[in-house]
Amino acid sequence: MTAPLVVFFVLAGLAVIGALSLILQKHPIHSALSLIVVMVALAGLYLLLGAEFVAAVQIIVYGGAIMVLFVFVIMLLNAGVEEHTNLSRLAGPPGLLLVVALAGFITATIVRTTAGVQGSSQTGAMASTSGISNMLFRDFVYPFELTSFLILVAVMGATVLAQREKH
Amino acid sequence: MRAILFANAELIITIVKIVLMLIIVLTVDAYLTWFERKLVAHIQSRWGPHRVGPHGLLQPLADGLKFLFKEDPTPAGVDKFVYFLAPLLALTLALTSIAIIPFGPEPLRLFGREIYLGIAPPDLNVGILALFAITALGVYGVALAGWSSNSKYPLMGGLRSSAQMISYELALTMSVVGVLLMAGSFNLTRIIEAQARHPEWGIFGWNIWPQILGFLCFFIAAVAETNRAPFDLPEAESELVAGFHTEYASFKFAMFFIAEYTSMITISCLCSIMFFGGWLSPFPASWTWTHYLPSVILIPFGLWVIWDGIRYETIFGRAILPVVGIAITALGTVFVLYPGVNEFIQGPFWLLSKIFVFLFIYVWVRGTLPRFRYDQLMAFGWKLLLPLSIVNVIVTSFVILAKMQWGGK
Repeated sequence: MTAPLVVFFVLAGLAVIGALSLILQKHPIHSALSLIVVMVALAGLYLLLGAEFVAAVQIIVYGGAIMVLFVFVIMLLNAGVEEHTNLSRLAGPPGLLLVVALAGFITATIVRTTAGVQGSSQTGAMASTSGISNMLFRDFVYPFELTSFLILVAVMGATVLAQREKH
Repeated sequence: MRAILFANAELIITIVKIVLMLIIVLTVDAYLTWFERKLVAHIQSRWGPHRVGPHGLLQPLADGLKFLFKEDPTPAGVDKFVYFLAPLLALTLALTSIAIIPFGPEPLRLFGREIYLGIAPPDLNVGILALFAITALGVYGVALAGWSSNSKYPLMGGLRSSAQMISYELALTMSVVGVLLMAGSFNLTRIIEAQARHPEWGIFGWNIWPQILGFLCFFIAAVAETNRAPFDLPEAESELVAGFHTEYASFKFAMFFIAEYTSMITISCLCSIMFFGGWLSPFPASWTWTHYLPSVILIPFGLWVIWDGIRYETIFGRAILPVVGIAITALGTVFVLYPGVNEFIQGPFWLLSKIFVFLFIYVWVRGTLPRFRYDQLMAFGWKLLLPLSIVNVIVTSFVILAKMQWGGK
């Protein structure tokens, strides 16, 4: 085993364990912490693929900003240990079925790929900062701007909802 | 054995660098507490620590021992795992961020290898982004400490801290975009090199002149990010006892303390690198006589320490201070006698001097400004810093665009 492969398996294992722990933890803060572990492990995987910019942004945006908000809200509401209602217990069996279906689908796809999984050889230009900015601001500038407009609408909607409570 | 050593030379060098850097940073942290206490004391017309060792110089050692030997009770009802994780997280992330900083332009040539000053390789392309990523995770140390302590004051501190960090991180990130646009790179070494485009301009080639607005936004947001006065609401002692670390005692408290001082050092490094030319000299490159400045500062300072030591009131001081003074004078003399050494230390000397100035400003600000009220803090961050830093980005982009259009570049 080469060094990158070892690092890959450590990070991938960390991501999977984090994801499992996210679901199985009883307390919301512990779940949020597990999600942070997943985000950071994913960033490590991006780094392994040579996508330095994406890795850093993954940690800044997902690991930092978004998860801090999660933790902040959980702390602010002082959410306690998770409670099971009848409806949430009912969600178990269909969920398990979906898990099996998804796992089967992914396995089938991997098995059918005869070429084998490609290594991290063809990164670089595409994943570099200038590569990404060329894609975002030249090739896909209209979809990109439309998306940011959509987010702006969502932000304004949230502000309006928050303001309404005052009156 | 020799073969193994040679094959893994890069790895071994990196490990040695990490250990050395840890020792240096932790020592500097310890003396930064002495420096801060002494300086704040003089700002407030007091003496500061002066009992333990000459001029209180052994006070950090005494404090460290005290932290180690104090009782370390774990309060009832804490979330054990998170309670122990929080200080560890804060300290680890703070120390990791130092690894990104480059400390000198020239590699040290040893055993036929080029050893760069600084742990990360100088061609790390995401330099500044990696730093921001580490800072972004740093908030968890404080927030989780506040939450896991199972006590109301720490919880308030943790909440304040996460809200403050979310608000100021935006301004912090936006304010450096101008610098990044001017350098065209995230790499810290490239950013410094971009400021040396006109070697004869010296201090006037630095980013601080075109980016003064960005610098002000950056420094204010950075002080807020490190939870230092006047932005120390998460630990406001007049309202929240000690804020997020109220329930932490002994070395776990010390870990938060060290983390705070280490982030002060990182931010000072960043300010010097991005806006004040990093390791560049403030004088034009042709003024070679300025290369003797380190010796001109060190030798008189060493002589003063000797003179001060001889007439110090305690025997211990009379024994120790002259030795320290002789060491400093000898160092200054070595720089004069060996031109090679003198050339090599120019970069690190200027960078360290600038870092020192920023640490001084940090303490100075703490000693003079009162704490913000919470609504003022939020209004200041969102209504002043963020718009200003966005204006800075827009103006910088337009100027660069205009230069590209008409400047013949």
